[in-house]
Amino acid sequence: MSSVPRPPATRPKYVDINLLHLPPAGLMSIFHRVTGVAMFALLIPTVLCVLQGTLGSEAAFNRWRGYFAEPVVKIIVIGFIWAYMHHFFAGIRYLLLDVHIGIAKEPATLSARLVMAGGVIAAILIGVRIW
Amino acid sequence: MVMKADRTPVGAHYGWQDWLAQRVTAVIMLLFSVVFLGFFIIKGSVSYGEWKQLFSNQAMRILTLMFFVAVFYHAWLGIRDVLMDYIKPVGIRLVLEVGVIVFLVGCTIWSGAILWGS
Repeated sequence: MSSVPRPPATRPKYVDINLLHLPPAGLMSIFHRVTGVAMFALLIPTVLCVLQGTLGSEAAFNRWRGYFAEPVVKIIVIGFIWAYMHHFFAGIRYLLLDVHIGIAKEPATLSARLVMAGGVIAAILIGVRIW
Repeated sequence: MVMKADRTPVGAHYGWQDWLAQRVTAVIMLLFSVVFLGFFIIKGSVSYGEWKQLFSNQAMRILTLMFFVAVFYHAWLGIRDVLMDYIKPVGIRLVLEVGVIVFLVGCTIWSGAILWGS
């Protein structure tokens, strides 16, 4: 414990901002963070607005149904489904890591790839269903 | 001899509680999401009457509010972590954190008003 060398006071800073240079677990992790922030800022207020409108009156319910029939809106919805499903699968991966399942380097890399593929596949499947 | 760690002694052992809360809220959301999304994926579409009836059920209202509270608490823990990572000036971070709390408390009250008010 006491023999750990102290890092020098001024360390060189190296920032690699190319996401593709990240290992799969890092890429999965940054998407987990980005999707979380996006859902906080955009999805939470939107879902509450939709719930308020659709439960408020039949006219508002039909108006929202009309909005969701628009291709542009469908693309945005599919984008949020990807964000939700990526965050969902990444979260399950973290819960498994918490109980030491798949914690070694190789299974952790594989599960990171599965999370990223899972989010995209789920978005495609649900996207096809709602189109 | 163990050297004393060179760090600011902040916090009051709330770290593990937040860690646990993040996981517990995640599991609540996971269960609700699977049932709710599964229902809609299988059913395809709902009429206004069916939608209204679903949320007139008291158990559904309570479960939905539990889901929202889990979402908002989980969002607070996550956003706070993000702010701690990227916003270093304490004053700006504090203002943003207060803003996030006010927004999420507002959302909690709003979701209750939607579920029981309409």
